[in-house]
Amino acid sequence: MSTALSIHDLAIALPAGADRAFAVRNISFDLQEREILCVVGESGSGKSMTANALMGLLPDLVHVTEGAAVFEGRDLFSLPDSARRALRGDRIGMIFQEPMSALNPLMRIGDQIAEVYEAHNRFTPAERKERALSLIGEVGLPDPEKIIRAYPFQLSGGQRQRAMIAMALALDPAILIADEPTTALDVTTQAQILELIKTIQQRHGMAVMFITHDFGVVAEIADRVIVMRYGDIVEQGSAAQVLEAPQHDYTRALLAAIPSDSVPEPHPVTTAPVLEVRDLRKTYVTSGGLFKPTRSVTAIDGVSFTVARGEVLGIVGESGSGKSTVGRAIVRLVEPDSGQILLDGEDMNALTPQQLRHARRRVQMIFQDPYASLNPRKKILSAISEGPITQGVPVAEAHARARELLDTVGLEASAAERFPHEFSGGQRQRIGIARALAMDPDLIIADEAVSALDVSIQAQVLELLRDLQQRLGLSLLFITHDLRVAAQLCDRIAVMQRGKLVEIGPVSDVFLTPKAEYTRNLLAAVPGADWGNRAATAS
Amino acid sequence: MTLLAAILARAAKAAITLLMIVILNFFLIHAAPGDPAAVMAGENGAADQIYIDQLRAQFGLDQPLYVQFYKYVGGVLQLDLGYSYRQQMPVLDLILDRLPATLLLTMTAFGMSLLLGVVFGLAAAARVGRWSDSAITGMALLFYATPLYWVALMAVLLFSVQLNWLPAFGYESVGAGYTGLAMVLDRLRHLALPALTLGLFFMAVYLRMTRSSVLEVSQMDFVKTARAKGLSEGIIRRRHILRNALLPVVTLAGLQAGQLVGGAVLTETVFAWPGIGRLMFDSLTARDYNTLLGVFLVSAAMVILFNILTDIVYRLIDPRIAAGGAA
Amino acid sequence: MTRFARNRGALLGLLILICVVLLAVFAPLLFPDSPWKMVQRPFLPPLAVEGMPLGTDTLGRNVAAGLVYGARVSLIVGLVSTAVALLIGIPLGALAGFYGGWIDEGAMRFTEFFQTIPSFALAIVLVAILEPHLTSITLAIAIVSWPPVARLVRAEVLSLRRREFVDAARLAGLSNMRILFGHILPNAMSPIIVMASLMVATAILLESSLSFLGLGDPNIMSWGYMIGAARTVIRTAWWLSFIPGVAILLTVLALNLIGEGLNDALNPRLARKGR
Repeated sequence: MSTALSIHDLAIALPAGADRAFAVRNISFDLQEREILCVVGESGSGKSMTANALMGLLPDLVHVTEGAAVFEGRDLFSLPDSARRALRGDRIGMIFQEPMSALNPLMRIGDQIAEVYEAHNRFTPAERKERALSLIGEVGLPDPEKIIRAYPFQLSGGQRQRAMIAMALALDPAILIADEPTTALDVTTQAQILELIKTIQQRHGMAVMFITHDFGVVAEIADRVIVMRYGDIVEQGSAAQVLEAPQHDYTRALLAAIPSDSVPEPHPVTTAPVLEVRDLRKTYVTSGGLFKPTRSVTAIDGVSFTVARGEVLGIVGESGSGKSTVGRAIVRLVEPDSGQILLDGEDMNALTPQQLRHARRRVQMIFQDPYASLNPRKKILSAISEGPITQGVPVAEAHARARELLDTVGLEASAAERFPHEFSGGQRQRIGIARALAMDPDLIIADEAVSALDVSIQAQVLELLRDLQQRLGLSLLFITHDLRVAAQLCDRIAVMQRGKLVEIGPVSDVFLTPKAEYTRNLLAAVPGADWGNRAATAS
Repeated sequence: MTLLAAILARAAKAAITLLMIVILNFFLIHAAPGDPAAVMAGENGAADQIYIDQLRAQFGLDQPLYVQFYKYVGGVLQLDLGYSYRQQMPVLDLILDRLPATLLLTMTAFGMSLLLGVVFGLAAAARVGRWSDSAITGMALLFYATPLYWVALMAVLLFSVQLNWLPAFGYESVGAGYTGLAMVLDRLRHLALPALTLGLFFMAVYLRMTRSSVLEVSQMDFVKTARAKGLSEGIIRRRHILRNALLPVVTLAGLQAGQLVGGAVLTETVFAWPGIGRLMFDSLTARDYNTLLGVFLVSAAMVILFNILTDIVYRLIDPRIAAGGAA
Repeated sequence: MTRFARNRGALLGLLILICVVLLAVFAPLLFPDSPWKMVQRPFLPPLAVEGMPLGTDTLGRNVAAGLVYGARVSLIVGLVSTAVALLIGIPLGALAGFYGGWIDEGAMRFTEFFQTIPSFALAIVLVAILEPHLTSITLAIAIVSWPPVARLVRAEVLSLRRREFVDAARLAGLSNMRILFGHILPNAMSPIIVMASLMVATAILLESSLSFLGLGDPNIMSWGYMIGAARTVIRTAWWLSFIPGVAILLTVLALNLIGEGLNDALNPRLARKGR
C-alpha cells in the first residue's frame, strides 16, 4: 500500500480570543491508499479543523501556520488558490455532518450533482445529467428520474446524505473526507450510510478520512485509527490495536466510557407501580386554512406501560418514534388526546390546570440540551429553589436545600451564586439533576439527558444518575435513542416505533432475545455492535 | 397547493382586509370634525338652516348611522367613494385622474431603489470590512436618517435652483406642447428628482437588508459544500448565495410598498406632482375629508395589490412553497 | 457594555444625542423668550446679527430658539410614542406567541391589518381627524408603529417558549403569567431595546413629516414646521430649510448609530461586521 496523503507538522492557528492559540499543533500522519482512516476525538480536539484545513475550507481568521500536506507529489498548503480549487471535488471530495443544511435549498438535486462536472469543465450538459442519474442510482437513492428533479426539502435526512455522497463521488476522487457524516442521523440510517461508504470506498478504491466522535462507528468502519485530544494526536494504530489494546490513558478512558452492551443483572421489579400509563394517544393536527388540507401526525398511538417504585424504565426509539412525546405527555407539557396517566393511582390527565400546578412537584424532568435548560438570566440558586418556593417551601429552607443538592450532584456550594454561562455542559446537566431532585419527586423523567454530551462527560453523568438512583431509590423514566446507554442504566426497556410500543421487557430479554423485528433491526444497526459484544464477553 | 389556489386564498384574505379598511374609513369619516352640510352651505355663501337641511337630505346625512353605513359600504363596493364638496366632483373621478402620475412615480422609485439597493448591498457585502464597505454602509445610514421631504427640497435647491439642470416641479412643461420623443424626455426630466428623492430612503433599506442577508447566507453550510465541489467564487456567489440571499429582500420589498405610497405624499407635495399624494395634501388643507379618506382607501388597496404581487413572485422563486411542502 | 464602548459610531451617536437632550432640557434657560416671538427683521442670514447665530425666519423669529424648542418636541414625541407603541406591541405579541392557537391567529390578523395600511397615510388621516395636537400626533405615531414590535415580540416568545428552561419553569408549578413575565420576556429584552431605539428615530422622522405637511401642533415650534414654513422661500433663504433639516438628520442618525451599537453589543451573534 502506498501513501495517498502525508501530513507533516501541521499547525492551525485560531484567532485571538479563542480558548487556545492553536486548533492543532505539530501533528503528522499518513493516509494510505484504499484505507479508511478514522480520526476520533471529543469536541474541541481539532479533528474537524484538520479535515477543513486539508480541504482548504477553514473559516475566516483560522489559518494553517506550519506544516505540509503532500498529495500526489505536491504540498496542498503551498498551492495557489486556483490549484487547490481544481483539486476540490475532483481529486479530493468531502461530505459534511448536517445533510439538512449542506444542500442548497433552492436547487434541484440533479443540478447540484451536475454542478461538480461543470466546476471542472467536464462533459456536455446532457452527459452531466446522464452521469448524475447513474450516481443517484449508485448511492442507492430510489427512483433516480424523480430524485434528479427533487429539491432537498423533499428528501429525508438519510437521502440527503446519499445525495451528498453522490456529489463527492462524481469525479472519482482519490480521497474522500467525511466529517461526522452520520452524527445527525438515526441509528438505522447511520448503519446504512456507513455500509454505503464502505461499499463505494472498496468499489472506487478511495482513501477515506473519516472524522467521528463515536468509537462504535470506528469499530464498524475503520482500518486505522488516530485519536486526538486538544489538538494533539495521542494515539494511532490499526483499528484492532487501538480498540483491543489501547496504549494511551486517554484512549482507555474514552473506551471505558463507552456504554458496553454487557447487560446488567435484572433488578427485581418491586411492589406497586408509581406510574401507570394506559392507552395514551396523541395526534398532532395542523389546521388547514381555506385552501389548505389539514394534516395529522400520530405521535403516540395507544401506549401503555408501568414504572415500578425504584425502577429505571428506558424508552428507546429513533427520532419520530414518539418517545419524547410520551415523556412530555406524562408531565402534561403536551396534552394527550386520550388515555390515563396514573401516578400512585391518581389520574394526572384528569386534573384541572389549577390542581395540576400543585401536582407538578410529583414528576420532574431532566432535559436534553444543557444550554437551553437553564434560564440564562437566573442564578443557579434561584433555578434550583424556584420550584420548591413556588410549591410553598420557605425561602431559607429551599435555599439551604439547594446548596445541599449542589453538593449531592458533585458541584461546589459557590455554584449557587453564579449564572449558567459560567458552567460547562456536563456541569449544567448536574444542575438540571439538582433542580429535579429539589422537588422531591415521585418520578423523574430524563429526556435524552446525556445525548448532547461528549462521551467522557456522558459517562460521568450516567455514573451520577446511577449512584443517585440507588442511593435515593429514585424511580426513573429514561428516554434515549442510544441502546447502549439504555442498557447501562435501565432495569427494563420499552422500544417505540412510529408512536407504538413494539416491545417491553427486562433489559436482558430485549437485548438477547428480542421479539419484535424492529428491535432486532435496531440492535443490528448499533455501530460496532459486534465489537461491543466481543468486548463484553471478553471482560 | 397550486399557484392558482394560493392566489385565490390570498385574494380572499385581501378582500377581507379591504372590507375592514372600508369599515374603518366609514367611522373615520364620521369622526371627522365639522358638519359636511354646513361646510357645503358655507362654500355656496348661503348658510341658512333650511338650505343646510336640504343638503343634508340630499346626501343622506340625516339618515340613521346604520343606514349611512350600509349605503357607504354598498357605495364603495360599486366603486363610489363619495363626493368631494370642495371640488364638486365624485372622489373616485378625482383619484382616477391622479392615479397614473402616482403609479408612475412610485413604480419608478421602487424599481430604482430596489435595483440600486441590491447592487450596492452586494458590492458592500463583497468588500465586507474594507473602506468601500464602510463608505457604502455609511451612505446608507445617512439616507436612512434623512427626512424624505428635506432631501427633496435640497435636491430642488441644488439641481434646479443652483445648477438649473432639472425642473423643480410639475409633471411636464406647461404649454410647451411637446409630442413624441420630446414629450417622453420632458416627462423623464420632471420625473427624475421626485423619483430619486423618494427612492433614496428605500434604497438604503434594501441595501442594508441585501448586505446582511448575503453575509448571513455566505456562512451557510451549502456554500461550503459548493466550495468543496471546486466551484469558482463567482459561480458560488451568483448561483448559491445570491438567490438565497435575495428571498428575504423580496419579502421586505413587498412589505415596504406601503411606506412608499405614504412617502409619495411628501414627495408629491414638494414637487407639485399631480398624483394622489398631492391630492391628499390638498384635501388636508381644504378639510375635504371625503377626498382624504378616499385617497387613503385607494392607497391601502394599492398596497394590498402590491403585497399579492410580491407573494406571487415569492412563490415563483421559492420551490419550497411552490411545491407545497413544509419548509 | 464594553462592546458598545468600543463601537466608535455608537459613541458618536451617544455624544450627539446627549447634546440634543441638553439643548432641549435647558431651552428655557438659553432662550427665555417664546420661539414664536418676533425679535428682529425677517430673513436675517446666520451670523449677521449678534445674538441671532442662525438668523431669523420669514416672520423675524429667532431660528436658534426655534431649533432648541423643536428639539423638545422631537424628543418628547419620539419617546412617548415609542413607549405607547411598546405598551401595545409587547403584550399583544407576547400573548400571541405564548398562547398560540386562536389568540395568536386573531392577534396576528389584527397586526397584519395595521401593517397593510400605509402607515404614513394612516398617521395623516388620524391627525387630520383628531385635529393636530401634541397628544393626537403622539397617538397617531404610536398607532402606526406598534405592529413591528408585536411581530418581533411574538417571534422571540415563540422561540423562547420552546426552550427547555420554560418547560422546567412549568414543571416547577409556575403560573403562565409568571413564566411569561419572569422567564420569557426578560430574555427577549435585548432585541426589544434595539428596536425601541430605532423606533424613536423613526417616530422623530414621522413627527417632522407631519409638521412639514402642516399637521403639527399649532402651538408648538417644531423642526418639521420650520422647514414647511420656509419651503416657499427656498430660492431666497435656503438656510431656513437647511438648518432644521440638519438638526433632524443628526438626531435621527445619532439614534440609529446607538441602535446599531446596541444591536452589536446585545446580540453578538448577529453582529454586522465581526464573524
